[in-house]
Amino acid sequence: MSSVTEIKQIVEALLLVSDTPLSQQQIINVIEDDSEKQQELFQLVPRALYLIEQECQSRPYELIEVKSGFRLQIRSEMSSWIAKLLRHKPRKYSQATLETLVLIAYRQPITRGEIEQVRGVSVNTNTLRNLMDRGWVKELGPRDLPGRPMTYGTTNQFLDYFGLKSLHELPDLRESTEFSKNSLEVDLGTGSNLSSTATTDPVDSDKPTDPNSG
Amino acid sequence: MRKELDESLRLAQHGGMTVDADLIPEDLYIPPDALIVILQAFTGPLDLLLYLIRRQNLDILDIPIAEVTKQYMSYIDMMTTARLELAGDYLVMSATLAQIKSNMLLPRPREATDEEPDPRAELVRRLLEYEQFKNAAGDLDQLPRLDRDVYPVHASFDEHLVKAIPSPVEMRELLVALSDVLDRARLVKDYEVSSEPLSVAHYMNLILERIQRTKEFVSFHEIIGESIDRTVIVVNFLAILELVKAGHLALVQREPFAPIFLGAVAHAS
Repeated sequence: MSSVTEIKQIVEALLLVSDTPLSQQQIINVIEDDSEKQQELFQLVPRALYLIEQECQSRPYELIEVKSGFRLQIRSEMSSWIAKLLRHKPRKYSQATLETLVLIAYRQPITRGEIEQVRGVSVNTNTLRNLMDRGWVKELGPRDLPGRPMTYGTTNQFLDYFGLKSLHELPDLRESTEFSKNSLEVDLGTGSNLSSTATTDPVDSDKPTDPNSG
Repeated sequence: MRKELDESLRLAQHGGMTVDADLIPEDLYIPPDALIVILQAFTGPLDLLLYLIRRQNLDILDIPIAEVTKQYMSYIDMMTTARLELAGDYLVMSATLAQIKSNMLLPRPREATDEEPDPRAELVRRLLEYEQFKNAAGDLDQLPRLDRDVYPVHASFDEHLVKAIPSPVEMRELLVALSDVLDRARLVKDYEVSSEPLSVAHYMNLILERIQRTKEFVSFHEIIGESIDRTVIVVNFLAILELVKAGHLALVQREPFAPIFLGAVAHAS
């Protein structure tokens, strides 16, 4: 019935007009609201999305999939030009805010006390408030502990904002490089003389190296 | 920023653990405001401790507690000198460091040294755990972020266009309208059987003439629904289809399920 080219035009138009990412189902529902006639679209829409993605390669924007769906966005290489045009300074988040956010992201559901334990410093109420106002963090209900402390977790908006499909796409937690080096030495110390073979140990060589990028 | 702190720390140790503005040479003068900024660069006691350890490339698994404690205390003193409100967390850490140090001074039994946990172990665990998340915070900050690194693409769209352009009439709609008319015709009993020969061409002319005469849009029902004869209705319908196909007629509908109108297509000639 409808060709991929036709569907592609519609999908691209919808993505261009929408303020929020669109899921495949949302797109399909717009094109055909009779769910019984949607069968064909489940084949066509993914193909159309693929074609759009291909065509974007020659353009300054790209099609990406985030948690709540697909989004067309200007490539990050262009950001300096855009910032110049819009004359706005992107908001910077303090180290404290970022640390609180990653703890919530990686350890959710997490209580305020647990965040404080890892960071070694009390959590500023404003920090949490800001993260919640921003729509990145939400309350996940009280923990079954004395005092029923509230637990926190991240939202879909958080994933969308950082261009992630799921929490699994968060950067891996990496141990300090020095620590892994040291632990290797400790291992070698207890074992026999394996130093030459151990240097090629993939566990060690796989570690990203970056001590000072903070 | 932290390089400047290195300098102040060095001075602090030199000057007996306190920063005295008089002791700082002219060329190394740090304005008090700047000092506050430097001191606030740390997010907490763990961040500060980690910094002290990493700065000197100390083995985190074998922290020279005495040395680190001394440096840590000089920082606390600097904060006091700068009259910063000292967070309680920093004081807790001073106490922890002092406790670890005293624990390490206690003589340990010769035997069972292996089982005896290092008094520093818990601190090291916390430092490493904190460092992991500190790194993760840096990694997260590197991710392309909306409205900083990437911007959603938008094409403007004039919403008035939606109302201005009548939606195209689909065959489906036309058939619904036809069955409507047929249903209505069914309600009226045939009273006469005519053998009048029906020609689509004839009806095409009739419709076209009528529409061109009125020079306005005529409703579908008006044209086709006048007749009570089923065959006439069908022939009329076919005539309309033919006219539309030939481009003499245009079908217009304001919205789905609204009445369908027929209009003459104005030819340039």
